[in-house]
Amino acid sequence: MSCNCKSSTLETKDPRFQQLDEIIEKYKDQSGALSPVLHEAQNVFVYLPESVQIYIAEGLNVPLSEVYGVVTFYSLFSTEPRGKYVINVCLGTACYVKGSGKIMERLKKELGVEIGGTTEDGLFTLKGCRCLGACGLAPVLTINEQVHGRLTEDDVPSLVRLYRAKEEQSVN
Amino acid sequence: MEIYRSHVLVCAGTGCTSSDSLEVRDELNKELNRLNLDKEVKVVEVGCFGFCNLGPNIVIYPEGTFYCRVKPQDVKELVEEHLLKGRIVNRLLYNEPETEVKVKDFDNIEFFSHQKRVALRNCGLINPEKIEEYIAHEGYFALAKALKEMTREEVIEVVKKSGLRGRGGGGFPTGLKWQFAYNTPGEVKYVVCNADEGDPGAFMDRSILEGDPHSVIEAMAIAGYAIGAQQGYIYVRAEYPIAVQRLGIAINQAREYGLLGKNILGTDFNFDLDIRLGAGAFVCGEETALLTSIEGHRGEPRPRPPFPAVEGLWKKPTLINNVETYANIPAIILKGPEWFSSIGTEKSKGTKVFALAGKINNTGLIEVPMGTTLRTIIYEIGGGIPHGKKFKAAQTGGPSGGCIPAHLIDTEIDYDNLIALGSMMGSGGLIVMDETDCMVDIAKFFLEFTQEESCGKCPPCRIGTKRMLEILERITEGKGTPEDLENLEVLANTIKNASLCGLGQTAPNPVLNTLKYFRDEYEAHIFDKKCPAGVCQALLTYVIIAEKCKGCGLCARVCPTAAISGKPKEPYVIDPEKCIKCGTCIEKCKFGSIEKK
Repeated sequence: MSCNCKSSTLETKDPRFQQLDEIIEKYKDQSGALSPVLHEAQNVFVYLPESVQIYIAEGLNVPLSEVYGVVTFYSLFSTEPRGKYVINVCLGTACYVKGSGKIMERLKKELGVEIGGTTEDGLFTLKGCRCLGACGLAPVLTINEQVHGRLTEDDVPSLVRLYRAKEEQSVN
Repeated sequence: MEIYRSHVLVCAGTGCTSSDSLEVRDELNKELNRLNLDKEVKVVEVGCFGFCNLGPNIVIYPEGTFYCRVKPQDVKELVEEHLLKGRIVNRLLYNEPETEVKVKDFDNIEFFSHQKRVALRNCGLINPEKIEEYIAHEGYFALAKALKEMTREEVIEVVKKSGLRGRGGGGFPTGLKWQFAYNTPGEVKYVVCNADEGDPGAFMDRSILEGDPHSVIEAMAIAGYAIGAQQGYIYVRAEYPIAVQRLGIAINQAREYGLLGKNILGTDFNFDLDIRLGAGAFVCGEETALLTSIEGHRGEPRPRPPFPAVEGLWKKPTLINNVETYANIPAIILKGPEWFSSIGTEKSKGTKVFALAGKINNTGLIEVPMGTTLRTIIYEIGGGIPHGKKFKAAQTGGPSGGCIPAHLIDTEIDYDNLIALGSMMGSGGLIVMDETDCMVDIAKFFLEFTQEESCGKCPPCRIGTKRMLEILERITEGKGTPEDLENLEVLANTIKNASLCGLGQTAPNPVLNTLKYFRDEYEAHIFDKKCPAGVCQALLTYVIIAEKCKGCGLCARVCPTAAISGKPKEPYVIDPEKCIKCGTCIEKCKFGSIEKK
């Protein structure tokens, strides 16, 4: 497959691609390099758009189909932009029997999005996930890496408000 | 070296840190500084005590006083009273749920007193980010013993004789696995740790990696020596950031101390470790899928044989064990196989860590000898079922397992007894359910899980689980037919027999097992169109109990479909035709006069 991405202006102007070069360089000679490169690339770009996937395919000299195949197989890799705060509601068994389904419903209402959706202001993405391993605190959810446990559905509005307020503070 | 008169152990596991234990730690240090006690009292961050529900947990030694739910604002009192004046702070002690008795000593709390800690021996005792503390607790002594005093064959023999079986779910004898990997000739071999703990409700691997990462590193080095490998990989879920971070720190420290790398402890044995992150695919907990994932591909399983011990990572002989299995190894090498095999039952030796969760008073992580009864776990360690509800079933084995019903509560838990009941050990999640849990709904929940996590490679799993889920959805919606039960069983048996990997082969277990013990609930859904536990929305009707209704009209005002009508100060009624069963009226009613039937 031939592709002229490297010469396109996007990659040369965007400094993140220089970071990506470094990441590719770091792993290039290791076996099984694709997965760690994708993890780190997603940390840089927040998600993995087509241009990034093509760039990685060329950099590691693997077919684009393989890169796309791996990206779409694992639920932690995203091909869509995500909100600044990713809310992951644990839907594991322990949380489920303690009512995490209700928390999810309340969040959908509160944020006005479905599972997988991102709020219009780009602040929140709502996701469900399998066990976070914090079952002792069930029901739990994480917002980015912060774990919030022992929740009831009535905690949802204040939790969302907390992050909205945090955001406004950082803007001002 | 400084000597301290007291040590304050603060849990820094995932559970307690999300209950603000790190703020408590900072506050402790601040208070100790203020009172000039910082040279006398030392604050130590440790791994999980297991009592996550009561976090943040703190233990003060030498007395061994256990304090729970300690908030930053409690610290001042705690330091002044306990550490300065030597008086116990009663209000922060643990309350036994049944007796309401306050217990001050760590060892006298029922949750801890029935436990025997082997795999979790250092969790909650040492600072996981300091290799010196691990070494002070006989850490890396087993590696030294293996390298200096034992041949490779002797190491394998000890593991075999201990009777240790794989703690990841299958229960395959660990020593045999080591033997197979040793027997396969090859210049390059690999040791892999499966830390892709995916079973919902299980978090022992996370706690071990967060609380005692060196025990896994040491065991992998011993395994490397035994089978003849120089490189190992730990495949850990990216969902466990604290575990990943502490593992990284531990590996670096081990390298600095010459316990990983070249010429370990002055021998000609070389061994090093790398971490590989999972990316959120449950199927990667299956060993062949995990290896494919480390290779950088889609984590799809492949047929066995060849088993990984013969042809594994990059087609080289590979030994793969789970975190808890490895955590047992150093203790077995040091204390001997006879010590280990003296614990447990005839065919299941040693201890097992369970993650106790669900409808139970004491949720958390426990380690008990194999053969402990479910009754002991639920009523003595777990403190019983909250709100006076009735125990209905305990779910083990995650999506591959099943439910043990209440009448079998005296079952001794080991690998073989659980299989005989149609469940399995799995990685050790134990989720307690009470009378308000619907078993058909639980079966549907697990099928949703496996159906979504099926990688799609083989049709029995990909299509079969989907068809089973559709039937279960129909049943919970009140559209089930008498043939559905038979169809479920036929499908289940086909999927079990024909699927490629463990995920598909065990996916029907939650359905088969609940059909066996709770068939009447399925029948109630299908024939009577009722959900006895009151869970399945479509089968419930909302009614206002006339005697309790004060006629305030609040329910009628909040009803989104105007299904409630009536006159003020007279009982209201719900029109079942219009009711969409949203539950808003129940939430709003101040008199508890609306019920689901």
